[in-house]
Amino acid sequence: MAEPAIETSSILPLRLESVSYEASGKRLIDGVTFDLRAGTRSVILGPNGAGKSLLLRLCHGLIRPSAGNVSWAAASGVAVPYRQAMVFQRPVLLRRSVAANVAYPLRLRRTPARERHARVEEALSRAGLSALAGRAARSLSGGEQQRLAIARAWVMRPEVLFLDEPTANLDPAAARAIESLIDGVHASGAKIVMTTHDLGQARRLADEILFLHRGHLLERADAATFFTKPKTAEASAFLKGDLSW
Amino acid sequence: MDDLAAAFGQAASLLLGFDAELIEIIGLSLRVSFMAVGLAALLGLPLGAAVALYRFPGRTLLGALLNAFMGLPPVVVGLVVYLMLSRAGPLGALGLLFTPGAMILAQCLLVLPIVAALSAQIVADLNEEYNEQLHSFAAGPLQRLATLVWDGRFSLMTAILAGFGRAIAEVGAVMIVGGNIAHSTRVMTTAIALETSKGNLALALGLGIVLIALALAVNFAALALRDAARPRYG
Amino acid sequence: MVKRRSFVAGVFLAAAVAFPSLAAERSIVVASTTSTENSGLFGSILPVFEAASGIRVKVVAVGTGQAIKLAKNGDADVLFVHHRPSEEIFVAEGYGVKRFEVMYNDFVLVGPKSDPAGVRGMTDAPAALARIAAAKATFASRGDDSGTHKKELGLWQAAKVDAVAASGQWYRETGSGMGATLNTAAGLGAYALADRGTWISFANKGDLEIMVEGDKRMFNPYGAILVNPAKHKHVKAAEGQAFIDWLVSDAGQKAIADYQLGGLQLFFPNAKKAGS
Ligand SMILES: Nc1ncnc2c1ncn2[C@@H]1O[C@H](COP(=O)(O)OP(=O)(O)OP(=O)(O)O)[C@@H](O)[C@H]1O
Ligand SMILES: [Mg+2]
Repeated sequence: MAEPAIETSSILPLRLESVSYEASGKRLIDGVTFDLRAGTRSVILGPNGAGKSLLLRLCHGLIRPSAGNVSWAAASGVAVPYRQAMVFQRPVLLRRSVAANVAYPLRLRRTPARERHARVEEALSRAGLSALAGRAARSLSGGEQQRLAIARAWVMRPEVLFLDEPTANLDPAAARAIESLIDGVHASGAKIVMTTHDLGQARRLADEILFLHRGHLLERADAATFFTKPKTAEASAFLKGDLSW
Repeated sequence: MDDLAAAFGQAASLLLGFDAELIEIIGLSLRVSFMAVGLAALLGLPLGAAVALYRFPGRTLLGALLNAFMGLPPVVVGLVVYLMLSRAGPLGALGLLFTPGAMILAQCLLVLPIVAALSAQIVADLNEEYNEQLHSFAAGPLQRLATLVWDGRFSLMTAILAGFGRAIAEVGAVMIVGGNIAHSTRVMTTAIALETSKGNLALALGLGIVLIALALAVNFAALALRDAARPRYG
Repeated sequence: MVKRRSFVAGVFLAAAVAFPSLAAERSIVVASTTSTENSGLFGSILPVFEAASGIRVKVVAVGTGQAIKLAKNGDADVLFVHHRPSEEIFVAEGYGVKRFEVMYNDFVLVGPKSDPAGVRGMTDAPAALARIAAAKATFASRGDDSGTHKKELGLWQAAKVDAVAASGQWYRETGSGMGATLNTAAGLGAYALADRGTWISFANKGDLEIMVEGDKRMFNPYGAILVNPAKHKHVKAAEGQAFIDWLVSDAGQKAIADYQLGGLQLFFPNAKKAGS
């Protein structure tokens, strides 16, 4: 692999231009334009069904926009897909051990065995999973599974990490553990793009907020501004907890 | 029917007596069917996975053919292989007819559609679950195939066992291409057919019971292996 | 990844087991009939030949029709069957080198104890068949183009009965081997034509008994023919001819005569003396 080329130029910013996504005749994402810069933690907020997961998948390249453009700033020849990772709302764990799950993306990238072992070990210990390394991944608890999914994403050293509701269904302590993991990933230099329904979490983690409503990007502001002075009625209602779809 | 009672007695005395000829026949049965199923798995797993995962021209037709051929009559497979391997046929020069090699080939062809079609279904189901995650990891098409086959290995073993069951139990194909030659190509099923034709019904049925016991033992062994390994891999 | 490695090792181990060292033993394939194999004759005489010659004989026992087809395709080295007209055509068409008389046995007409057609003890086989047809008593035929089947059709012809026209009624074509047909006859309480060798060694007679025997027309000669190496280069002519030569030699003829089942001799050697 052309490892040096990967390290030199950044793939960010990511630019979405008039991006729309349609499925079964419905326009689920409608003309969204924004860009995501390196360094900050961007949190996408919005009620259920607003299109947050779709937007993440559009950014990550799992689905193609029906109209508009998703483009990375990477120079040609840079393996963009290898430079980003995503943690899904429901983590898909391979039918393998915890350690093998973490090692898996490195195997795909043909990382030499010695380096792989070292990175897997480090990722596991960061996620507090070292003791569980040999367990079947799918026998872990929900919180452990979520931590494993993050460790597996982090081991790839992604430049951008997408997380879709990483703490849904977790108890507060487990959620805090996830948050500090995300902080760690961010501290190591990765761009964080995530969705959440936990406004407290958004306050703790977000540098900026993208507020999505019925497929439209209604608001984008730095976190402090958004939480104190939302511009739209929908955002105020959402923050008060009485915006429904 | 006292033949039925006699059959169980025969089966027991055959097994307990370690009859040399019976051991030889059992050994050949197992060798031929293991090899045939091993080959069929080596070819059929990737083939089934490819049908499940890749778009290529003729994919739908191939899928339909594999499904239809799951029920191929063994005699027909035997005849086709005979015509291929006959000295008068295109592969006659190999001199494989009436050898265990010919039997392996015939059983392999018989079992291949079963292994491939069941694998295609299993891999397609697993891909449904893994698809986005593998896409996110930027796994290439071959990496995807390898991952799904490896992670689906416990389910795929069921497909292989189904193939083994068919191989070890069929008589039509090995009879034609093997010739049921004593000490050379005689296996359990052709021996059963032979003893039936000699009117030794109790002995034939006794051999049948041994065959069933054998198939059961192989299945138990495989499932025990799976259950021992599964907790560690989920 | 210990698992993966052991799996690969397993595959290779299986391959090694399945193809043991292909020892270059000398062997020939003999296409023959179920009657010779099922009666146990080969089991008795082949070890004698193999010990004397060091040549292993692999017998593929099928119907005479299929045996001739195998030999024509070059899939056997020696043809050893019992339907003289077909054998002579086989040689005349150049597929075989020369036909050697080896032995004979005879056919017997068997039927249920109750003998609904009343043929027990007759010595004229065609007349007995005519009586069975007249009584519309069930008759189980091989119906498989075997030597026995061809012999049976010849006897019906001699009896001037078109039995095949009654197929599915009292005349039942099993389309299978001698043993399977006898199993059917025992089950249906039907008459059937069987070679004596298979009949004597057959273990599931039920209430079938011999009804008619001893008619010269039920004489059943066996011939051995080397498949023509001029047609099929790979035919093991030397080994095949060695087997045939042994069959017609004093030693071979004695081995055939010595084979007994339940104290009865099944096959009667009748090779012509060398030079005759
Ligand atoms: N393939 C599809 N076909 C039709 N509708 C779809 C499809 N995928 C998503 N949708 C719809 O698009 C809308 C947005 O879905 P999305 O999963 O992005 O919502 P979300 O904002 O992530 O909601 P939540 O907070 O509940 O996770 C939903 O109404 C969903 O039902
Ligand atoms: Mg969602």
